[in-house]
Amino acid sequence: MPIELYRIDDRLVHGQVVVGWGQPLQLGFIVLVDDAVAASEWEQELYRMGVPPEMEVRFESVASALEHLAEYEARADRGLLLTADVETMRKLVEGSRLIRAVNLGGVHHRPGRAARLRYVFLAPEEERALRALADRGIVVTAQDVPGATPVSLARVLAGAPE
Amino acid sequence: MPSSAEAPREGPRAVVAGHGGFAAGVISAVELISGRGEVFRGLSNAGLDSAALDAALREAVAAHRARVVFTDLPAGSCTIAARRLAREHAGLAVVTGANLSMLLDFALKGGDVPTAARRAAERGREAIVAFTAAEGGGAH
Repeated sequence: MPIELYRIDDRLVHGQVVVGWGQPLQLGFIVLVDDAVAASEWEQELYRMGVPPEMEVRFESVASALEHLAEYEARADRGLLLTADVETMRKLVEGSRLIRAVNLGGVHHRPGRAARLRYVFLAPEEERALRALADRGIVVTAQDVPGATPVSLARVLAGAPE
Repeated sequence: MPSSAEAPREGPRAVVAGHGGFAAGVISAVELISGRGEVFRGLSNAGLDSAALDAALREAVAAHRARVVFTDLPAGSCTIAARRLAREHAGLAVVTGANLSMLLDFALKGGDVPTAARRAAERGREAIVAFTAAEGGGAH
C-alpha cells in the first residue's frame, strides 16, 4: 500500500510525523488534507519548510484529495496522509473505498473533549464518527509513534491505560 | 556566583520552545553554567494542538518581552508556531536547532536582535563535532 498510514494528527506536519514515522517508513511523500491549508499559500510554505528536501509534500482539500487518492495509492514510493481532525478523515473514508485503516496520532485537549489516552482527547461527536468508521470495516487504532503498541478503538474509547 | 550578583545583562530575551522537557532542561543547563537562565522562558509543546501551541507561544513571547524564539527541531510544531508568530511580529527572530552552546552565546553576549540571533546560530553550528575513535579521535 503506497500510502502506509492515514493519520489524524492536529499538529499536521511536525517532528513525530517527519522524523518519528518518516524515517522508519522511508516516506517519499506526505499528503496533507486540510481545506484551510489548501487555500493558503503562506500556510503551505510554512508546512513545506518542515519537510526535508527528499520528501515531497502535497496539499489537498477534501475534494481534491478524493480526486487524487487513487494516483497516490498507485505511486511506487511510500506515503503518509494527514488530516488535522476526525471529521476530515471521516469525509475521506466516506468518499473513497481505498482507506482501510486509520491511525489516531494526536487529538489534543480542547473544551468539550474527554481524555482517552495521553495524546487522544475526543468529543462525543468524534467518538460517534470513529465508531461509524469502525462499523464500515475500517481498522481504527491509536499509536503516536512507531515504537508504541497500537491501541484498538474499543480500548481507546474505554480510556485504556497505555 | 549566584545570578543575582551578576551585572545586569543588556540585550534581547528569548523563548525556548521544544518537545517534552527540552526547554526546561537546556535552560537549567544555561543557569548552571552561566547564571543567565533568566534570559530565557521555556515552553513545551506537550499536550498542545497547533492552535493551543500558537496561543501559548504568543503569550510566552509577550509575557517575557522576548525578541527571539529558539526551537529544537526545524521540522517541529514549535518552529511552525514560531514562524507563524514571526509573521505577525516584525523583528521577532526564529532560530532552529537550539543547543546549549547556542543559548549560552545568546545569554552571555546579548547585542541587537539580528546580530545576537545570527551569532548564536553560528555558535550552535560550530559546537557540533563528531569524534570517531577509528580516526584517532580527531574531529570530523
